[in-house]
Amino acid sequence: MSHIVLEARHIHKSFHDPITIPVLKDINFQLRESEFVSVIGKSGCGKSTLLYILSTMDTDFEGDLLINNESVVGKVDAELALIRNKHIGFVFQFHYLLNEFSVLQNVMLPGLKLGEYTAAEVEHRAYEKLRILGIQNEALKKPNQLSGGQKQRVAIARALINDPLLIMGDEPTGNLDKKNSAIVFDIFKELASNYKQTLLIVTHDNEFAANTHRIIEMEDGKIIN
Amino acid sequence: MKYKLIASIAKSLLLARWKQTLVAAVGVTFSITMFITLLSFMSGLNDMLDSLILNRTPHIRLYKDIKSNAQQPIALVQQNKNTYHFIHSVKPKRERIELFNSATIMRALQQDPRVLGVAPKIATQIFYNVGVMNITGVINGIDINAESRLFSFKDYVVAGNYMDLKNVPNSIILGKGVADKLMLNVGDMIQVTTTKGEQVPLKVVGYFQSGLLDIDKAQSYCSIATTQKLLGEPNNYITDLQIKLKDVKLAPPLAKEMQAKFGVDAIDVQTANAQFETGSSIRSLISYAVGITLLIVAGFGIYNILNMMIYEKMDSIAILKATGFSGKDVNAIFISIALSIGIVGGASGLLFGFGLSSIIDQIPFNTSSLPTIKTYPIIYNPTFYMIASIFSLVTTYFAGFFPSRKASKIDPVIIIRGK
Repeated sequence: MSHIVLEARHIHKSFHDPITIPVLKDINFQLRESEFVSVIGKSGCGKSTLLYILSTMDTDFEGDLLINNESVVGKVDAELALIRNKHIGFVFQFHYLLNEFSVLQNVMLPGLKLGEYTAAEVEHRAYEKLRILGIQNEALKKPNQLSGGQKQRVAIARALINDPLLIMGDEPTGNLDKKNSAIVFDIFKELASNYKQTLLIVTHDNEFAANTHRIIEMEDGKIIN
Repeated sequence: MKYKLIASIAKSLLLARWKQTLVAAVGVTFSITMFITLLSFMSGLNDMLDSLILNRTPHIRLYKDIKSNAQQPIALVQQNKNTYHFIHSVKPKRERIELFNSATIMRALQQDPRVLGVAPKIATQIFYNVGVMNITGVINGIDINAESRLFSFKDYVVAGNYMDLKNVPNSIILGKGVADKLMLNVGDMIQVTTTKGEQVPLKVVGYFQSGLLDIDKAQSYCSIATTQKLLGEPNNYITDLQIKLKDVKLAPPLAKEMQAKFGVDAIDVQTANAQFETGSSIRSLISYAVGITLLIVAGFGIYNILNMMIYEKMDSIAILKATGFSGKDVNAIFISIALSIGIVGGASGLLFGFGLSSIIDQIPFNTSSLPTIKTYPIIYNPTFYMIASIFSLVTTYFAGFFPSRKASKIDPVIIIRGK
């Protein structure tokens, strides 16, 4: 039995403004190493909210969340930042690259922040990741010189730089055309099969979800399947 | 490593908005420049005005005051010991106004390590005779060498050679006002009448201009020997001892000490010229207030620019936080932006401030009342530069403090969901 990367125990969450609305009700699930899981559901069913709780960015919930068998409840901002830095890679719907830095520097930033390797090593590793994603030739360009699909691949490289336990995606193909979506999906697939990367992707693209190992379906703040 | 990373992020954010950054830095530069210039100029003026009086004022003056005896004969009677006396119409008795034992006192003072120097002086009332008119005046008998060394006497002699006072017998240096009134030139003779009624001719060897019209209209200078001759007194006759100390702040306690030790009256410069201290301190207070106001205004500029930057870079801050930068790191990034604006702006402000004050230092400033001043007075005091750099750092830090705190509290979820 493989290692459990992430475990959600009885997670409840409500929005209180302007009136209390429960968004997540008793969420329980486990994510094992090298699983490729997609979360689907209609708009507003709480899948993004769940993802932000799982990513430790949103700490306002009830229940327990274990990452790498360690509870994150009650940790301070700096500790959570370290967990995100070390264990979690992020790919958002929008690429969120910093235009002031080159592609390479964008990829290197989380690595430099972690400080496990020297700057030269981080640079080497960043090139490596860019090569896996087929964009090593764009390394020295600024993000605004790249196409949408390329930007998203840079964002994936940035997510990979610290060899995270888990990559989370919030509709990573939402903004891309069919061709680029396919490329991004293939990258995820390759990461899962060749590099045993654990992936948790929120999407409303059923076609995308159908090709993953496991589908978690949500409705009205509950997991129904 | 981590600081380097934060610095490089701060740098790229700075350069991304370099025009606004430049404006902010110029604001700091301007205020520091004005702060330095204002203080240098203001304290230059202060010093000039103070020196107008204080340079030529002894730190302590020993003299003999005309006053009634504190111990009246009735107190010496044994059976009156425990009673209180009311004595009416007490008058001072006839006493000489010279200092007893002046030579001994001078020797003792010259051996005191706290004393820079002692200049003896005789002050006496005389009349200048012009035709049938007599004009009242004062002659100061001075030791020319000591007076020059301690009270820059020679700076105020505007015509003639001050050493002639010593070398030419029966010579006088007239106040400029007296000379103008009597229409006397250097080399002319003047008749003066002493308080004892004797008329003496003296040779004019120079003019003296202190810058204070009232003094120049009455005072003249002779050597001690000439004055003693005028008065018909022996050569140990001295009425004043003027003392210059190494540290002027010691004057009040030392004056008390000397008063007790030598049995004479003593007055210190702080007591005699209290109004100058007040004037100077209020003038510096005003210049500090103006300088700090300028800096605070510059601080608001930095505050605005950082706030704008944070709104603009909301996405970047959110992604930095999502990828593992803590609130503290984000805070450090924006504080270092603010501080680098402060350091660059402040440092160039120091340079410009120095430059501007040196320019002002070159501007001619001629006034008849201040013969020794040729250009606007400027003081180059490292303390001003220190204060300015500390203030520029402190204000920029506080200007950056609130925007940085706001940036560090940005919730990445709200930004990322909002898209």
